[in-house]
Amino acid sequence: MSAQLSRRNFLKAAGASALLVGFTPRGLLAAGYEDSTLNPFVRIDSDGVVTVILKHFEMGQGTSTGLTTLIAEELDADWASVRIDFAPSDTAKYKNLLFGAQGTGGSTAIANSFMQYRKAGAAARDLLVRAAAEQWGVGVDRIRIDKGVITDGQRTAGFADVIHSAARLEPNPEPQLKTPDQFKLIGKLKLPRKDSIAKTDGSAQFAMDVKLPGMVYAVILRSPRFGGRLTGFNADKAAEIAGFIDAKALPNGAGVAVYGKNTWAALKARDAITAEWDFSDAEMRSTGALIEAHRELTAAPQYQARALTTDAVQARLSAAPRTLDAEFVFPFLAHSPMEPLVCVIEPTASGVRVHDGCQFPTVAHGALSSVLKLKPEQVEIKTLYAGGSFGRRTTPTADYHVEAAMAFALLGGKTPVKMLWSREDDIHGGYYRPMALHKASIALDADGAILGWDHRVAAKSIVKGSAFESALVHEGLDHTTVEGLADTLYQVPNMALGVSDFLSPVPVLWWRSVGNTHTAYVMESLMDMLAHERGEDPIALRLSLLDRSNKEQARMAGVIEAARDMSGWQPGQKRGFAAHYSFNTFVAVVADITVEGNKVHVDKLHMAVDCGVAINPDVIRAQMEGGAGYALGAIMRNEITLDQGLVVQDNFPQYLPLRMPDMPEIAVTIVPSAEPPTGVGEPGVPPTGPALANAIFAVTGKRITELPMTTAGFSFV
Amino acid sequence: MEYQLKINGRMRSLNAEPGTPLLWVIRDELALTGTKFGCGVASCGACTIHLNGNPTRSCITPVESAVGGEITTIEGLDDPISAAVQSAWREKDVVQCGYCQSGQIMSAVGLLRQNPRPSDEQIDSFMSGNVCRCATYVRIKDAIKLASDTLEA
Repeated sequence: MSAQLSRRNFLKAAGASALLVGFTPRGLLAAGYEDSTLNPFVRIDSDGVVTVILKHFEMGQGTSTGLTTLIAEELDADWASVRIDFAPSDTAKYKNLLFGAQGTGGSTAIANSFMQYRKAGAAARDLLVRAAAEQWGVGVDRIRIDKGVITDGQRTAGFADVIHSAARLEPNPEPQLKTPDQFKLIGKLKLPRKDSIAKTDGSAQFAMDVKLPGMVYAVILRSPRFGGRLTGFNADKAAEIAGFIDAKALPNGAGVAVYGKNTWAALKARDAITAEWDFSDAEMRSTGALIEAHRELTAAPQYQARALTTDAVQARLSAAPRTLDAEFVFPFLAHSPMEPLVCVIEPTASGVRVHDGCQFPTVAHGALSSVLKLKPEQVEIKTLYAGGSFGRRTTPTADYHVEAAMAFALLGGKTPVKMLWSREDDIHGGYYRPMALHKASIALDADGAILGWDHRVAAKSIVKGSAFESALVHEGLDHTTVEGLADTLYQVPNMALGVSDFLSPVPVLWWRSVGNTHTAYVMESLMDMLAHERGEDPIALRLSLLDRSNKEQARMAGVIEAARDMSGWQPGQKRGFAAHYSFNTFVAVVADITVEGNKVHVDKLHMAVDCGVAINPDVIRAQMEGGAGYALGAIMRNEITLDQGLVVQDNFPQYLPLRMPDMPEIAVTIVPSAEPPTGVGEPGVPPTGPALANAIFAVTGKRITELPMTTAGFSFV
Repeated sequence: MEYQLKINGRMRSLNAEPGTPLLWVIRDELALTGTKFGCGVASCGACTIHLNGNPTRSCITPVESAVGGEITTIEGLDDPISAAVQSAWREKDVVQCGYCQSGQIMSAVGLLRQNPRPSDEQIDSFMSGNVCRCATYVRIKDAIKLASDTLEA
């Protein structure tokens, strides 16, 4: 060992610990020792271990691998030895640059982090290079780093050997980033996921796994109807259950918190409690009446989503020689992540610590401090792996955090409380994808050219009345209701889009890909109907409606052609096609199916995606596979229905999840792009359902306009 | 009531009410949290363990029925088939949210013990009780085939 390295080891022993590189609240690069107030994006410990601090949570979408790739790339770290850690709840330092708040959603994690995480990695590398150059008395241009080893051509050092001198240097405010031809990790076909090992040996920690000394378990007895209020309850029978601790009415009238010494005791005790409810403000209708109410709302749209109004387009329609008319009906859908909702709160010396697979720390933090009457700095959120979300873990009201906080406070605030949901709670629990009804009337001339398009949508607004209203509602219109339709890339003349808000106490929420879950199905079914009406190839029709002088439309045409070519598509084949643009990402799908009678099997999906620079191609593929599977399961079989306000489905035996025999083979082509990276968590969902619907039409001649597809008499095997 | 259970090769004693599902004993009392709660009605497979070597849904298995048996959880896997399955899961980067994967792996190990060379249809059939809401099924199937090939070699 050289004398210099020995001196480094001496410094290490003297207590200097870790090099931290990150940003100040004002977004400036900063570096320092572990004892500084800096919240880092990357930490290099005295043993040389690099840890990437993740400002986005991991629900399976691959962010822990993606963000780590950005740091490791610019830092030239050794991939296998880089570790990950979730950031604390701290909006100033870890906000989503596209939201202005700390949170994950809208397929934005990579898009907003791309430059930020690369800069942090590059700044750390720059510090190490300068420190090594200084240590060896050579110019910085002599220093190279490869897989975590620093060299000047003669000597080598690990990160541990230079971090102490590096931590004394001022970070370069604008460190040199790599050019794409220098990338070693970004775009690499096979980079093992960072969460793979912990999730295959049982050691990955989810909030459901938290166990603290003295912790009690709580479940909530909620109103069987949405909007019902608790008027009384009787827990006498629960008192006979071993392990039952107590039952207390929630202060907001939403239910009863039931406490047990273990999960089973809490669940059993809840079953033994009877409660009375005031249903005067509750949803009492059944699904048929709800659909009819949506239909009535389309008669007179309340809002207009495009420049041309419903009234104006009607005049043009009346003169048309023919029209193509269709109505589409979409059910409520539950998200049903595999890990039911759960939140653990424990008292600390200064306040509380919350254990959660926390998707939106800024919102959760605010709600928790408000309910617990604590200052924000008294609330600490420890983010754990989330067992799926699909949108469910981020409600504008932080619904389950509030429940957990009430349950914690009701017990005195001195006992750690784990508040968890059962699967039945999840299926019954609302926050569904909104039910939606579309009516479209497309005016055609004698040759089938589009003269005008009267499109109307009725659905409950997701964001009205919430903290997100000001950002997402403009002149009364909730953009999430019509995204993917109001801003369609197809060049359609004279299109009006009228929107009405359905009102109901049933709480609704974004569900993987939000409004695109229904708008893409409708638009892509209508494209197929138009092609059929005109005797034209559905792919050729779509390409004819795109103007390639526009960049987005050209990229859309690009994925359409990529899916066409990878699948060997020929006009006249009995296959399904759909494409959609959402979250700044373009996806096109060709579906191949086998039909026997009314039994359908999806054999294969050919998916082409353009998401800008492909950071982790294998994660992109995985998200296309998963997005397609999530869409198929719902489109085939899923609906939440109400019978006089009571949810009919209870658990997976009624809300049938996609299973392995349902899963098609999936081929994915990633269209090469130098554009900034966009999201992939959601965009695989929207085009998959209509691709299947169009395949079913091609094979059977039957057009499915009411979901799920089982409603039309099909079964899936 | 006090029970003695043999779990992952060790005798453990614990207190539980008769009828308590083994799942909650394993998770809440023994703190072996790799075994997951997904549905509570044996419909998703997240709670799959091995009881005397057979994949079993611990959420509907009363604790008393496991007395005298050998329980294995994901934490206790320690044999060539399990190693091949876990290694294949990593090679194929199967996991997404990961919450169901302990159960998937426990079922896959059970499958390969009974049938070292399963066909696609046999994999579909055996694994159809394990739900993955992230829909990682394509890779689960690939990983099972890779593990089978590895063990054959």
